[in-house]
Amino acid sequence: MIEIRGVTKRFGAFTAVDNVSLTVNAGEFITLLGPSGCGKTTLLRLLAGFETPDEGAVLLDGVDVSHEPPYRRSVNQVFQSYALFPHMTVKDNVGFGLRMQNVPTAEAEGRIRDALATVSLAEQADKLPHQMSGGQRQRVALARALVCRPKVLLLDEPLSALDAKLRHGMQLELKHLQRKLGLTFVFVTHDQEEALTMSDRIAIINKGKIEQLGDATEIYHRPRTPFAADFIGQANLLAATIILRKGATATVRLESGLELVVACTDLPASATKALVSIRPEKIHIGRVPAVAENVFQAKIEEEIFQGATDQLRLITDQGTKLHALVANESATQVAFHEGDRVYCSLHLDDIVIVQAE
Amino acid sequence: MPASATRPLLPSGLKLLNWFLRGWTALVFIFLYVPIAVLVVFSFNSSRLNIVWESFTFDWYAKLFANGPLIKAAKNSLIIATGSTVLSVIIGTGGAWLLHRYRYRFSQAIQTLVAIPMVMPEILMGISLLILFATIGLKLGFTTVIIGHVTFSFPFVLVAVQARLQGLDPALEEAALDLGATPLKAFWLVIVPCLKPAIIAGALMAFTLSMDELIVTFFIRSASAVTLPIQVFGLARVGLNPMLNALSAIFIVATVAFVLFSEYLKKLSR
Repeated sequence: MIEIRGVTKRFGAFTAVDNVSLTVNAGEFITLLGPSGCGKTTLLRLLAGFETPDEGAVLLDGVDVSHEPPYRRSVNQVFQSYALFPHMTVKDNVGFGLRMQNVPTAEAEGRIRDALATVSLAEQADKLPHQMSGGQRQRVALARALVCRPKVLLLDEPLSALDAKLRHGMQLELKHLQRKLGLTFVFVTHDQEEALTMSDRIAIINKGKIEQLGDATEIYHRPRTPFAADFIGQANLLAATIILRKGATATVRLESGLELVVACTDLPASATKALVSIRPEKIHIGRVPAVAENVFQAKIEEEIFQGATDQLRLITDQGTKLHALVANESATQVAFHEGDRVYCSLHLDDIVIVQAE
Repeated sequence: MPASATRPLLPSGLKLLNWFLRGWTALVFIFLYVPIAVLVVFSFNSSRLNIVWESFTFDWYAKLFANGPLIKAAKNSLIIATGSTVLSVIIGTGGAWLLHRYRYRFSQAIQTLVAIPMVMPEILMGISLLILFATIGLKLGFTTVIIGHVTFSFPFVLVAVQARLQGLDPALEEAALDLGATPLKAFWLVIVPCLKPAIIAGALMAFTLSMDELIVTFFIRSASAVTLPIQVFGLARVGLNPMLNALSAIFIVATVAFVLFSEYLKKLSR
């Protein structure tokens, strides 16, 4: 469907996109996720045709479109600011693309009506953009892009201007729409939660390169770089020395001396040092030790009540500082308090080596 | 409208200050509008003198419309103002778009050079244009006057449009391109409508500037292309005459109508 082949884009001395290759399959929801300035928007603009690559090529259905202007590419974009034409009614905004393609009036009317119905705005066709709420404008922008039946829909942080509640609603709605219509979405966001909720696959982008590409669970549970581990969710990143290897497991010693058993299928044989990532909610906290490969004791330094969860800052007996999350399952649950000594249990699969040398 | 917008900006507790500000406002309005009111009133005065009131008459208006050269000059002015306004709008809007949208090596220099005619002494401009037309052998007439007026009018359109462009979402053009519009169509169908208020404001400015321009025109006119200000200036040198009051009164009415009409247009487009 879309193929990005070794694309590089520079702005002066700054390399915004650095030799990126990526294939987007038909009907897929792929998210480009990264901090601001990482090059995700530039990558999207290369797909839309607003930028041309300095190196490499962008292929759409097998055809090299790298140097085609945006008005000759059958991709459409939903802009962060929506970019609705302020002087046109909702109907005329949605119909603009069809007008540019000289679609006959009768057909255009039908398609505009369908598109507005799809985003539940059939009643608002004659309003002007400034008479609508942010959420409604967002839907108009979506309808305006969808009505052109693009091969790929590009979405540039389309939900960032909405308030939290509306945003969550729109996330699910967008996802359903994409599934129902079988469209290909390329979605850009810096919000990791949004990415996890909506995407079939996520490409984590950092400094113009793809750090990791995979589905949400893979990205979350098996981060492959320290950046990926840290950017998605929360992570305890700990430096360790590899002291013993036995088949698919290895024993590592943290700087404090705490020893952990970890899974090490991808670990190069020559590696002696590693950086491990532990998700805070995967550390099981209890008054008694649970059955796991790794069990150690720690003291609670700080406890922060967050509603659904309790955030704990722990220090192990050896002196390693850890960050843990426990679910507040019941109001009557005996809570953990500062100063308590607890048992921490960790499965070896929940400790991920994100860097080794 | 938010509730706070209906609340006066000044606390009502400050009575004395309130009265002072009201008085001040009244004084400013008297200073601005009393001379105009007097001028209009004396256009209906049967006396030749603009100091004593005799009796009511329409004579001066009749004389005004019977004055061939003056009417001809008014027509010339309208033609020249219309021509130079249309050209100024085209050049000013196009120029503003190009300066805004594309980066040239000398963008900043171009920007400054464009603004200079707005502040350049008119007498210098008149002389330089006259020398230019003489050098290239362009005969003085309507063309030279229109060109002259465009040189000092279009920067006003350009500046007004540029200010509007600053606040315009750059994604608007991209959205149009993305939906299949060529750059030209995107400009015409999306950008120009968004610039309409600025274009109208610039056009009104250009039209007004052209209508009452005297000095530049003085240098580059021909005997056939006499504008209203030049004709009036000639008459005034001979002596003030209530006929000129009548002319001014007509202009004032036309100006007010013009302003009201453009306000009405603004409301419609909203």
